[in-house]
Amino acid sequence: MKSAVVVFPGLNRDRDMIAAIEKIGGTPPAIVWHKDAELPDVDLIVIPGGFSYGDALRPGAIAARSPIMDVIRERAERGVKVLGVCNGFQILTEAGMLPGVLMRNASLRFVCREIKLKVANANTAFSNRYADGQIIRCPIAHHDGNYFADAETLQSIEDNGQVVFRYAEGTNPNGSLNDIAGITNAAGNVLGLMPHPENLIEPEHGGEDGRGIFAGLLT
Amino acid sequence: MKARIIVTLKNGVLDPQGQAIEGSLKSLGFAGVDSVRQGKVFDVELSATDPGSATQELESMCEKLLANTVIENYTVEIIG
Repeated sequence: MKSAVVVFPGLNRDRDMIAAIEKIGGTPPAIVWHKDAELPDVDLIVIPGGFSYGDALRPGAIAARSPIMDVIRERAERGVKVLGVCNGFQILTEAGMLPGVLMRNASLRFVCREIKLKVANANTAFSNRYADGQIIRCPIAHHDGNYFADAETLQSIEDNGQVVFRYAEGTNPNGSLNDIAGITNAAGNVLGLMPHPENLIEPEHGGEDGRGIFAGLLT
Repeated sequence: MKARIIVTLKNGVLDPQGQAIEGSLKSLGFAGVDSVRQGKVFDVELSATDPGSATQELESMCEKLLANTVIENYTVEIIG
């Protein structure tokens, strides 16, 4: 399994993501700067978290319109898996590769803590190491994770099983509709996720609940 | 040519920042405030001279970047 981590100016979770992929998959990912002319031929493209372009205009808005996103979109259409975490999720929605939008947290506060996630669909490439309904621990760190989509879009992603992770009942940290924490595209090969599974992959992190996402993709 | 673009949240989209501003205005004693919705203003200077084609180009800018049309509306006005 070959992978690439795409880096935009202002991201800050790229090193954690690179380390997680290498530790779990056994092979370091290619690291691709957003201005690089070529994206290597890989099976998995990861957009990590942070604050690309300082969140100018809207989180992810500027990165989503950079030329490398056209390449990523084209690879995704050919079936390559794409994982966007935190700012990566925001970039994928702004690029139109995932439905909906991530708005300012309803509390208006930046939230940085551990939450519990419920696996809403274990039948995806990103979640098949978990069981439906399983509760896992995961850290979050974001200011704009409040998932919104119009009623018709929301109904359609629910009906299609595109909601893969939800904040466990009563723990929604940001006001997301239907407690949505992570969704796929209709084809199921692009996942956006607000929490940071890459920060809970070894005992030194205090737990390994995040490993499953990478193990399912990389091993 | 100068243009002003106003981007606002669509009706029905939750606006926690607007609500916080509304609360602050009330706490300052502006008792008659019923509701506040916040948004963005972009002042754009263009080298174009034809208002019609300039407006079209500005609308295209809104569709492609300045507004997220999932949650936002926009208006374009040539102001000088």
